[in-house]
Amino acid sequence: MFRFILRRIIIIIPMLFVVVSLTWVLVRLAPGNFYTGEKKLAPAIENNLREKYGLNKPWHVQYRKVLWNLARFDFGDSLKYEGQSVNQILWRTLPVSAVLGVTAYLLALIVGITMGTLAALKQNTWLDYASMTVAMLGISIPNFVLGPLLVLAFSLTLYWFPPALWNGFPSKSIVLPALTLSAIYIAYIARLTRSGMLEVLRSDYIRTARAKGLTERQVVIRHALRGGLLPVVSFSGPALAFLITGTVVVERIFALPGLGNYFINACFNRDEPLILGIVAFIAITVLVFNLLVDISYAFIDPRIRY
Amino acid sequence: MADIEQPDKRQLVEPEIHVGPEIAVAERDVGELITGEVLAGSSLWRDAWRRLLRNKLAVFGMFVVLMLAIASVLGPAIIQRVNGYTYESIPRDATLLKSFAPFRAPDGKFSWAHPMGTDNAGRDILARVLSGGQISLMVALIATLVSLLIGISYGAVAGYTGGRVDDLMMRIVDVLYSLPYVVLVIVLLALLPAKTPTAQLAELFFALGAVSWLTMARIVRGQIISLKNQDFVLAARATGVSTPKIIFRHLVPNALGPVIVYATLTIPSVMLSEAFLSFLGLGVRPPRVSWGSLAAEGAQNLAIYPWQLIFPGVTMALMLFSLNFLGDGLRDALDPQTKKQ
Repeated sequence: MFRFILRRIIIIIPMLFVVVSLTWVLVRLAPGNFYTGEKKLAPAIENNLREKYGLNKPWHVQYRKVLWNLARFDFGDSLKYEGQSVNQILWRTLPVSAVLGVTAYLLALIVGITMGTLAALKQNTWLDYASMTVAMLGISIPNFVLGPLLVLAFSLTLYWFPPALWNGFPSKSIVLPALTLSAIYIAYIARLTRSGMLEVLRSDYIRTARAKGLTERQVVIRHALRGGLLPVVSFSGPALAFLITGTVVVERIFALPGLGNYFINACFNRDEPLILGIVAFIAITVLVFNLLVDISYAFIDPRIRY
Repeated sequence: MADIEQPDKRQLVEPEIHVGPEIAVAERDVGELITGEVLAGSSLWRDAWRRLLRNKLAVFGMFVVLMLAIASVLGPAIIQRVNGYTYESIPRDATLLKSFAPFRAPDGKFSWAHPMGTDNAGRDILARVLSGGQISLMVALIATLVSLLIGISYGAVAGYTGGRVDDLMMRIVDVLYSLPYVVLVIVLLALLPAKTPTAQLAELFFALGAVSWLTMARIVRGQIISLKNQDFVLAARATGVSTPKIIFRHLVPNALGPVIVYATLTIPSVMLSEAFLSFLGLGVRPPRVSWGSLAAEGAQNLAIYPWQLIFPGVTMALMLFSLNFLGDGLRDALDPQTKKQ
């Protein structure tokens, strides 16, 4: 177990290196650069700026600098947002995305597991069909359609929630973004919980639990859920990757000052340090999270050994 | 449920082996040997088809998918023939250069001219939604095909070769799995915008297909491993069939069931990715339209012209909804053992 964790931690480093190098190569290969924008700079000014950011040095020097920056996790100043370092921007925007993401995922866990468990317990009743239809809708309606529709209904017609505002958690402003972001997770988690529970409810150890006279509630909560939720746990790994893409869209729909929104802008602006910083950050998050998910399997399912 | 009580062919073979298509092929091979013709029997595919038809939701899904696909393929041409405009025709009359509500003529009366209304430049939304459907379907199908080609070849080679090669190849898949792909795709598409709309589409096929082959490779590998020690492979090898031919003529066709199921579920997910990228302004670019780019346009004019979002959005959701039902139905039909109870 310990050796497994150690091996997985060690492999994170070359992977991070690959991701950041690939991104850097893409930024470099792309025609044009940050300074080929609409506003043409005087050549002298542009040269001074390039000097300042080290963009006039030969490529291997720059690449070495990128790797050194990655090692220290300090990518210097943003090209677009003058006077702000990449790390400052990261620390300012991260809380927005994190609060949004965590709220949405918790909401999805609560609603999804409840829906899925009820559907499994009342299999083939209207409750089962209703929750599975809702789940299928959640999977099928893209968040960039759902979000604007929710805005149309709850902001522009009913005036319940603001259409584009960020006051953090808890506030009225987080309701619509979190709902938009969580819809697809509610759907996936409900489906996974349902099929997981159905499988577990037929297994021998549940029959044993029933046979020794536990109440149905004890059987479900204490025994069945633990095994039945295994698929939900394994879904949480890829869910994080989805969650990142989801926040990108949701932050754009609701104009939230989050990491995803800044990332897209950085890509369009060719803000090299900011792109590299955000990519490195996301890569680290995803890699570490996948590791945590793998480890958590072992704790939930005692049959899994590494 | 009902289909579980089907006469069980599994008893004919060792129980742990995934049984199914190879029986069909074996029957056919024998049939060809004896009579030179294909014997009509109850093959796995026929059984699966019957089970699929019994699943009402899957049939509904299949019907809607077909309808939407036919409408997208034929619709734009019909509209052009009947009304004389395409998805990019802008009216000559300057007073028509604005967004009209569905079924409304410029004078506010009922009219059949634009059943879904028009967008800000006076372009017919129905024509745009149908043309967008063409692009969305094409991207989804071709990207899925790309992922099928890569996934099947990779998985089959890894599974059949086995040993160190297999270990290494699957290790690579594991590593790729944990990369934040979407981030790289966004960087790629934002930084390398193609010169022409067609090249842009090709970039999309490549980017989306390259992202979605990993699971396919795993599925194929698993299937191949469970098949490769069976007698029909041994027989093929004994008669001197070459390795590539064994893999692609004998093993891959037998592993197709799960592959088809997964491919059906890949189509909506790729379609969604394409729409997501187009929504961010990274996918299909003007003058071409897709459901994603139409939704993005519509979302900007939401407050005043909600129909600009609602029609493309709902059409797309309906398509995804139906594809998912069809995919679920196919899975249940082709693989009754893993059927969700």
